[in-house]
Formats: sequence, C-alpha cells, structure tokens
Amino acid sequence: MALLFFNALLFLGEYQLTEAKLQEVSSEQNYTVLRTELKPMLGKTYGSSFAFVSDFNKYFDAYNTRQQENEQWDRVIWDDYTFAATKAASEGIVKENRGVWLLLTVILGTAGALLYILPLYRNETAGIKHDGIMFSSNKARGVIGITLGVYLILLYVVLYWFPAYIVNWTLLVDPLSRFLSGGPASQWFLYGTIYTLAILVMGIRMFRKYRGNKYQTLRTSSVMFFQLSFAFLLPEILVLLNKPWHDFKNIWPLDYTFFFDYRVESMVSSGTIGMFMFVWGILLIILGVPLMTYFYGKRWYCSWVCGCGGLAETAGDPYRHLSDKSLKAWSIERIMVHSVLVFAVVMTLVTIANYFSGFALLGQATGVLHQWYGFLIGAAFAGVVGVGFYPLMGNRMWCRFGCPLAAYLGIVQRFKSRFRITTNGGQCISCGNCSTYCEMGIDVRWYAQRGQNIVRASCVGCGVCASVCPRGVLKLENGPEQTRITDIPILVGNESF
Amino acid sequence: MKETKAIGDFCTNGKGSRIVIIGNGISGITCARHLRKRDSAAQITIVSGETEHFFSRTALMYIYMGHMKYAHTKPYEDWFWEKNRLCLVHDWVTQVDFEQKQLQLKQQEPIPYDTLILALGSKTNKFGWPGQDLKGVQGLYSFQDLESMEAHTQNCARAVVVGGGLIGIEMAEMLRSRKIPVTFLVREQRFWDNVLPKEEAELVGRHIREHHIDLRLGEELDSILEDEAGNVRAVMTKAGEEIPCQFVGLTAGVSPNIDLVKNTALEVNKGILVDAFFATNIPDVYAIGDCVEYRTPPPLRRPVEQVWYTGRMHGETLARTIAAEPVPYKPGPWFNSAKFLDIEYQTYGQVPNTWEEPVDSFYWEHPDGKKCFRALFNSESRQLQGINAFGLRLRHAFFDEALQQHTPVEAVMERLQEANFDPEFYDRFHPQILQAFNTQFGTSLKPKKNKKKGLLAIFGL
Repeated sequence: MALLFFNALLFLGEYQLTEAKLQEVSSEQNYTVLRTELKPMLGKTYGSSFAFVSDFNKYFDAYNTRQQENEQWDRVIWDDYTFAATKAASEGIVKENRGVWLLLTVILGTAGALLYILPLYRNETAGIKHDGIMFSSNKARGVIGITLGVYLILLYVVLYWFPAYIVNWTLLVDPLSRFLSGGPASQWFLYGTIYTLAILVMGIRMFRKYRGNKYQTLRTSSVMFFQLSFAFLLPEILVLLNKPWHDFKNIWPLDYTFFFDYRVESMVSSGTIGMFMFVWGILLIILGVPLMTYFYGKRWYCSWVCGCGGLAETAGDPYRHLSDKSLKAWSIERIMVHSVLVFAVVMTLVTIANYFSGFALLGQATGVLHQWYGFLIGAAFAGVVGVGFYPLMGNRMWCRFGCPLAAYLGIVQRFKSRFRITTNGGQCISCGNCSTYCEMGIDVRWYAQRGQNIVRASCVGCGVCASVCPRGVLKLENGPEQTRITDIPILVGNESF
Repeated sequence: MKETKAIGDFCTNGKGSRIVIIGNGISGITCARHLRKRDSAAQITIVSGETEHFFSRTALMYIYMGHMKYAHTKPYEDWFWEKNRLCLVHDWVTQVDFEQKQLQLKQQEPIPYDTLILALGSKTNKFGWPGQDLKGVQGLYSFQDLESMEAHTQNCARAVVVGGGLIGIEMAEMLRSRKIPVTFLVREQRFWDNVLPKEEAELVGRHIREHHIDLRLGEELDSILEDEAGNVRAVMTKAGEEIPCQFVGLTAGVSPNIDLVKNTALEVNKGILVDAFFATNIPDVYAIGDCVEYRTPPPLRRPVEQVWYTGRMHGETLARTIAAEPVPYKPGPWFNSAKFLDIEYQTYGQVPNTWEEPVDSFYWEHPDGKKCFRALFNSESRQLQGINAFGLRLRHAFFDEALQQHTPVEAVMERLQEANFDPEFYDRFHPQILQAFNTQFGTSLKPKKNKKKGLLAIFGL
C-alpha cells in the first residue's frame, strides 16, 4: 500500500518554473542565459514531471546545441540543472503536504513491514526457518521475484540517470535533510535514507529469523550500526559542520573516488578533520585491510561493516540461495572481480600521476577513465546489477563479481590469513544446505564432504553455512596458519588404511 | 525413467577391467570415485534406476520442506561423471547372471562385468500390518518415496507416522513444515529408547511435543483402514482407537534391499554376507553399504550397519582393495549424528541405552532442557567409552583421538573446551559441565588451557 502511494507520488502534483525559482537553483551567470532561453516555460504549469522535463531539456539543449554549432564552447552550460529545476518547480499536493505523504509512504511502509516482521516465528522454537523457500514466488524467482527485480532495476536506472523524474520523492525527505545537514535533499540523500531504512527494517527481520543464533544476531547488529552511524548520520553531520561528506568506513578501491583530485582537495583543505579523513583512509588501505583480514578474514569488513554487504545481508537475505554454485560461475567470478580491481588500480594510478604532472599529459585519459568506471562499475554494476538482481541471481552479485575491495580482501584472505571454515571430521552427509544457502556461490559441500577446511578468497564469513548445517559440521574459526589448508587421504572415522 | 541414453564411448572402449556398480548412493559413488583415483584405466559403470545422478539421500526431507530443490542435493555437477569417465546407466537391474557375469536391465542391453559391486541400499520395513500397501501408506527411503509422499499429501487433513526412529521424526517434521497435523505412534515408552538413554529420549520427546506433534508413546499400530477408492482413511491402534488420516508414514526401520539377489548363488542372511574385504561367496562379486551383513562384525559393531558414514567408509575401503592392495575393513570409533527438529545430536564411541557395572555415566542437562551431554566410562580404568551431545557441537577429531588412545574421562573433561565446535559468540557450557562432573564425582578438575603467547594473545586469538 505504502509502496503504491510512493510510486503514485511521482505522477502527482504540478510543475511550474518561475524566475525566482530559477534564480535560486542556477548560478548568477547561467541564470541570465537560462531566463531568456526558458522564457516560454516560465510561469507555465505542467501536469507531470515528464512533460516538464521534456520541455526543459528541449529549450536547454537547443541553447547548448546552438552554442556548440557556433563553436562558442565557453558559453555552453555544462552543469546539469534538470533535477534542481524540476525539484524547484514541483508544486501542488505533494509539496504542500510533505508530512502527510511521508507518513503515508515511507513511515507507513516501514510500520507495515515491522508489523509483519515482528510477530514472525513468534510461536515457534528457535531454529532454521527455511520452510517453503523453494516454493515461494518471491524467493524462488517466481512472478513476484522477477517483477520485483525489474522494479528495482528501473528504480536504479531512474536514480542514476534520470533523477529529475523522482523529485517528488526527494521533497518528502527535505525536512530530514535540512535537519541533519542543513541543506535540501538530493536524490542521494533520498537513496541513503531508504537504504538505511531497508537495512534497519530487514535487520530486525534477521533478528527474528535467526533468534538464538548469536553469531548472526551480532553480525546483523554490527552492519545496522555502521550503516546508520558511519554511512548515514555522520556524513550529513559533517556537511552541517561545513566539512566534506565522508564515510569513514568506506575504503578504496570500493570508494573509487578517494584519490580523485576533487576529493583529495576537499579533504586536504578541510583542516584537521579533513587531514584525518585522508590519513585514516590511507591507513585503512595499507594497514587496516591486511591486518584485520589476517586475523579475522575478510568477514570483518564484508559482513560486519560494509554498507553494500549490509544491504545484502539484511534486505538481500531472502534471496541468498539464488547465487550460482557452478564451477563455471566461479571461473567467471575470478576473471571479473580481479579485472575490476585492475581497472580500479590503473584508474587510480593514472589519476595520481595526472595530479602530480599538473593535469598536463593525462587530463583527457583520466576524465575518460573516471567517466567509464563511474558509469560501468560505480552505477551499472554496483547499483543496477548489484541490488536490482537480488531476486534474480542472489544478493551478492556485486560483492562476488564486481567489488574491487572484495577482490583485494580476498587475495589477503586466500594467501595470508588465519581465517577458515573448519570441517568437523567425517560428519558431513553431503545434504547441500551449506552450498545452497551460500550467498557467494561457494560449493561448501565440495570441501566439507572431503573433510577439507574451506579456504576461499570470496568467502565473506556470513556464517550461514554453519548455521544451516544439520550435523554441526562447519565452524568459522581463526586459527594457526599451519593447520588451515588440509588435504587428508581419508576421512576421520575409517582406520582401514 | 526419464531417458535411456546410450552408454558413452568412454565407458566401453577402454582396456582396463570392467567394474560395474549397482546402486548410485553414497557407498557406490564413493567406491567409484576412489576407484577412479587409483586406477585410471578401469572402465567403471554405475547402474541405478532410482535417479540418473547421485543425490544425497539424507537431504530428501529438505526437498519436501522447500529448503532445497532436487538439483541442490546433487553433490557433483552433471559434467563430473563424464569428466571422470564414470559411466552412468539409468535403468533398473532385473537379474544378475553370476555365471555369465552380466546384468539384465529393464530397458537397455545387458551389461557384462569383470568385477561386480552390489550397493543396493535398504528398503522400508513392513511387518505385515493389514492395509500396509494401500495408497497413501509408505516409508521414506528413495526418491520415488519422496515423489509419492508429495503426491499423497496434497490434500491431507491429518497424517500418522508409525515408528519412533530417525526417519519417523524426519517425516513428522516434513509434514509439519506443510502445516499438516501429525500423530506420531511410538511403540516404546520413550522416543528411540532402544538407542537413546532415558534422559536423552525424554529430552527429544519434549521437543517433539513443542513442535505440536501429537506424540503417542507406548502405542502400536494394529491395522490401516481403507476407503472405497483404496486410499487410507484411518489407522486403528492396538488400544482400539481409530485415528482418521489421509497419509500413513511407515518408519519402523529399514532392512537390506536384497530382493534382486534372493534365491541366487549369492549367500545372504538379513543382508548380503561379506567378509572383512567386502567379498561375497562368489568370486569378483563384492557388496557394500546398507545391503551388507558382516560374517564377522568388526569389534563393537553390529552385523548390519545402515548409516551414511559406514556406507562411505565401505566405499573408500573396497576401492583400495580392488585397485591397490587388499585392506580389511577396520572402522575407527563409532560416530553418528542426526537432527531432531531443531536439536542437533552427535555421538562418539559407545553409548547404549542402558549399561551395567563397571560402566558409569556422567550426565549434564542445561536448565532449558534442550542441551545435554553424557559421557560413559569404565569406573575402574576410568577410560572414556563414549559420549552423547544434544544441542552442542563437538569436534569429531578430538573424540576420535580420545577414544583411540583410551583417555581417562577426567582428562577428557579437563580439555572439553578444546572439543567445542559451536559457532563463535555462542554461550560456552564447558565450565558448567565440568562443575557438574566435579559435583557428581567429588573431583576438583579445572579446565586445562593451552597457553597462548605473544602478539596473538593480545588480540585474544
């Protein structure tokens, strides 16, 4: 119901751009130009954002094309005003009743979800709650699952490339944004709000589902905490304090813009806090990742701290079994994830070289690399595929096939770490619950039934294999490196040879 | 039978000896895999009418409950077999000709063999109850049983499960996952009390009731009643109560599936009789897994062992005998595991349901009544004889070593924390267990800790 309202909002209200509004959103110099160019639009009322955006783009592009044709490059307006202008232009029942609509959509939706989640499994004993998953239309790629996947994909496409169409949503969270950071809500603030809410609400679902399982409960609390504080509140408060927006737990190369000149500039020029951000970020890369991964495996980040991991482990949990376990998928995974890592490293090196060479030689190349990485990896892969494909191919598509930080953590975990999943002697019955519910598509059973410990670069240490094992065969452990990789000739229990 | 594919070239064109295995369960497949590891020339053929590919029989229940699909229960991907030149024949064997050394199949051409391995598995016990072959009355062992259960529980207002063992409780759990009310008839006074000691059997019994299963202890099946269409409509107990139901699960154990070789030259008793090398009375014919009966059981073992783990060990051992040098079957200390609804069970060594002097027992139960630990030991030599654990996970390797080395129970109790295999952050019960042991036996044992040194100690590792 709330989702219905939420979607309906996009089609409600009217759009009217006035001179005053235009002045508000554009720079001084551009305002003069835009006022003339957009003359036909000003004061006119549009019934939908589609009509408004289409007209806006028509006049705006016409101006730019004209300038380009006349080779007046300095007069072309490169800034994108579509979102800001549309947002400013939005009027009518959405804008005037923000509180009511917020209540009807986001808050009602959250409340509804909680009303459903809180009583889950109430009269049942603690244990594995997987009854009927493979018969569920939502969870087993049925009609509902596919529809949801398509909806999520569309949502991400609009969010990344056509934000002007969702201004009404951002209006809803304007008051919250003003309260936190002092500024109006962008589409990213809206995204952050919904993202955080999703982790919190679905985190509570995890508490219900894994009641009595302390590993899952603690791990879920951890991702909920890091998302709410480090990724959502703290960055906005930094903005309120006139500091750069910064997520202290995000690490290069997942945070691929960390070494981009504008980020470095803004950090270095923001006093002590800014310098701390810069130094902390670098320390995490060169010390934090290897050390923590050596002691605890990459799980310390991927399933305890990371925001992408946080969403995957909470909102994505119902879809974890949809990951592909085949050997072929594993080969593709290794090629893809390491290619992305190489791409990210090369791009960053070029960026840094470009910075030190004074933007002379590599300026063009850097720009192109940034643009393509941002489009292909940052948006299309991490967002559209990463989350949109939850109900289609499992909740860790991005982490498994695309995340360069996961690749870096994985290399450390595979070659220099104390972490492993220990197999308990000869107790495995090859049932397949572990492999089925591995979100990273690891064929856990392959190792367990041979009595081998599981040491894999991709394992994020979510611990679900150990939870679902009906015979207590698997245990996530940190232990001496010598006993980590085992290859035993025969399983425990047979003394014949 | 879905398809009858022609046998691939890789199966019949080799130079090596022709080894044919009947049965693609854990015993047959383990044997085939280990044969291939040791002998790259052998032509290995596996015949099964049940399914084309190997699947995990223990996971059948999870398919019904919707935790997994059939594909998930296959431990190897479908390309595995051809890659390892393991030829799969999906057909039923109708007759074994030991003279001509060949198998007659239901649909395909006969298959000749040089060496034959019988891994025929088990079948459900039926004790001649009236109505035991009605529609909607069945056991649960094979993939076909699962399909039949799926078909017969579509419109089921109540089901009755007869027989309080491992398959019985699995079947009850399966039915409950579909919200079908279950009446569970158990002949004994406690659940599985021919295996479990009193306290453990009562612990499981309480948990069964907690899952809203109508557990009837000390009640026996008399007959199964039919409706006009030949379907089950009710069961009658020995006490004379009629329980209306649309499905009956018969789970009073399984026995070796030897119908194929009955009345042949092959010597059988309850199962196919084998020596320590799994050789039958006929040369070049071996038998492994559930269908086997040992002529001389290994020490402390029963003549027929129908457990996943023993089947696997049979396969490992026989492959060595055939492909390398003859090795007699010598299992290590007994171990087994199961899951009773939400409660996991592990056992290592010998823990029978009752014991006599000089065997003594230590028992600890958590106040929540869902976790317990029992150790049996010799009160004179103090040597550990076996343990039961419910709701706790313990390390197999730890107890395998302790039992083989005849470790005194006190030394085991002092090091119990090393045996802990519960997930990280779980409550640790070994201090309570040790405390209880001290109280019961007037000892003052303290946990023996391995000292940790240096940097790792700082990180608490």
